[in-house]
Amino acid sequence: MPFAGWRRPRLLGDSPWRAALRSVGDRVVRIAEEVVGQDIDARIAGIRTHPNEVGHDPFGFDPETSRYALAMAGLLHRRYFRTQVFGIDRIPEGRVLIVANHSGQLPIDAVLIASALMLDANPPRFPRSMVETWTAELPFISKLYPRLGQVVGSPENARRLLRQDESLIVFPEGAKGISKTFDQRYQLTDFGLGFVRLALETNTPIVPVAVIGGEEQYPSIADFKPLAKLLRMPAFPIMPQMFFGMVAPLPTKYRLYFGEPFRFAGDPDDEDSAVEEKVWLVKSTIQSMVNRGLRERKGVFI
Amino acid sequence: MPDPQPTRPTKPSARPGGEPVEGRPSARASVALGVFGDSSPPIAKPSHTSGVRPRPATEGAVLVTGICGRLGKLLARELHRSDTVVGVDRRPFVGRPKDITHHEVDMRRKKMKDIFRGRNIRAVVHVGVLHDPRRSDRERHSWNIVAFQKLLEYMAQYEVPKLVVLSGANVYGPQSNNPQFLTEDAPLLGAQHFGGMRDLVELDMIAQSFFWKHPSTDTVILRPCHIVGRVRNAASNYLRLDRPVMIMGFDPMMQVVHEKDVVRAIQLALRPGVRGIFNIRGPGEMPLSHLVRQAGGRPRVLPSPLARLALDQLWRLRLSSFPSQELDHLRYVCMVDDARAREELGYEPTHSIDRALRDLRRVRYLV
Repeated sequence: MPFAGWRRPRLLGDSPWRAALRSVGDRVVRIAEEVVGQDIDARIAGIRTHPNEVGHDPFGFDPETSRYALAMAGLLHRRYFRTQVFGIDRIPEGRVLIVANHSGQLPIDAVLIASALMLDANPPRFPRSMVETWTAELPFISKLYPRLGQVVGSPENARRLLRQDESLIVFPEGAKGISKTFDQRYQLTDFGLGFVRLALETNTPIVPVAVIGGEEQYPSIADFKPLAKLLRMPAFPIMPQMFFGMVAPLPTKYRLYFGEPFRFAGDPDDEDSAVEEKVWLVKSTIQSMVNRGLRERKGVFI
Repeated sequence: MPDPQPTRPTKPSARPGGEPVEGRPSARASVALGVFGDSSPPIAKPSHTSGVRPRPATEGAVLVTGICGRLGKLLARELHRSDTVVGVDRRPFVGRPKDITHHEVDMRRKKMKDIFRGRNIRAVVHVGVLHDPRRSDRERHSWNIVAFQKLLEYMAQYEVPKLVVLSGANVYGPQSNNPQFLTEDAPLLGAQHFGGMRDLVELDMIAQSFFWKHPSTDTVILRPCHIVGRVRNAASNYLRLDRPVMIMGFDPMMQVVHEKDVVRAIQLALRPGVRGIFNIRGPGEMPLSHLVRQAGGRPRVLPSPLARLALDQLWRLRLSSFPSQELDHLRYVCMVDDARAREELGYEPTHSIDRALRDLRRVRYLV
């Protein structure tokens, strides 16, 4: 078991449903281990977390659930999206903010960056990512996300995680970036300023990441705003592939480019204009990495 | 201090305008029920000892309100070894240590003032907060706010140098957008979805304003997470159930703290010079499902609307004492960061969760 003091709670193994579920999960893990060619449990055991006095992660990370999730993510990462990862050794030791462009209607880019950190980085890095606060109101999601190490996005949480030297995945574009329509593909929308202030405050290096391949997984021709408003969603994309009954994303080839880390110094409470300069630097770096990646690739699926 | 026998009601000449303390049947006998819903029969004769001379100014007593609650008793037993303890409660103090003076009065009565006037009070510990959701809003408000304001009035008048108020982490309220750990400056949104919390939030606010208005008094507000142990509060009663309800699809992280750790925190807060607001956390946090199982229960998982409906019905039929708004505690996190208490108060939880849950099981929960 990954944590020294971690115990499976009593009575958990009693229910036949759980036992069946666990055996299915174990099979998935075994298949994934064959495909990925790595020991999933060893990767999870290799990460450093900060368990509390009773052996639980204070943010709710659960290694048992995460091994199934990592197995699934590994299959997506290696088989379905055939991700190519460049420059992952540029991630420095200790606390780090991983800043990437957001795309693709569903946050598969986050899953793939996380899999790259877990499966491709050596030693494996435990990725935490900040999720929207309303996900905490959804049943099952609110239970699942913390177990996988996802944290509700709030500056206090981010500060606490960085102070304990964790790596944090941030998408400064937010919901605007992920719900872009196809005509705006690979054009970065406005970045929030919060992540740079956070980096300045906690003295954290920022690693820019360009994600190529996300925009074509769910091409959206329009955003049906009234329905989005009605359903209280950030956007309601109209995706042609849905009309052909294809619910799964298109199997595009993903490329992840990790850039050289930025180390900023300055006052975290500086005026917006001073912080914006640094944000612009990160954004333009990611944009140029995206542009270079797009020039280099020969096709969407190869 | 040897307990002087209750000989005769003294009427010291040093009490100008003071009404007779003794020899009057308790006008509050009809409402002298327990603060925590204890339904022991009220006794009409006040049991407190009189004839105690005010102590010299160097010592001073610690006044504990709500001393007859489980936590109050526990606190009194710890405190009376080193301090003079004066208790105030509407209930009789069963099993009172001999050197504790107990006044069986309603805090809203004028008699409270005599207690302040009669002796040198060094500190006031306010534990007598009414949490019972079955009581009417009016009574809760009158007890938690009016009585507390009276208490503060007397404290200001008699220049008591220390006030310790036991609030709770519930005043922050479980919210979906809470950070994982709430610091002391987080907004108090506990009453946002649960009106029953309104006067507890107000009580905390009143204590805060007293902190600013009377800088000569060291005011300490303690906000512990769910206190468990032999106490009879919502959290302990929930964990005492054999089949506690959990909401389908939710499993928030939970903090519990043993009652004795809270008592220890109060003792630390009583030291001179300590002031401010302190969150009190137990030894670690764990998912609710683990906590329930470790307490020996088997969760009954229900979808949220069904749980709400069922609980409302049970509440109406008096089969449960949990208002359905409290279900939010089973859905969202409401955990506190105790860094300040560790640094400034020197607080460290010493009782493990296992121990707390073992103690909890020793008391049965009866609706």
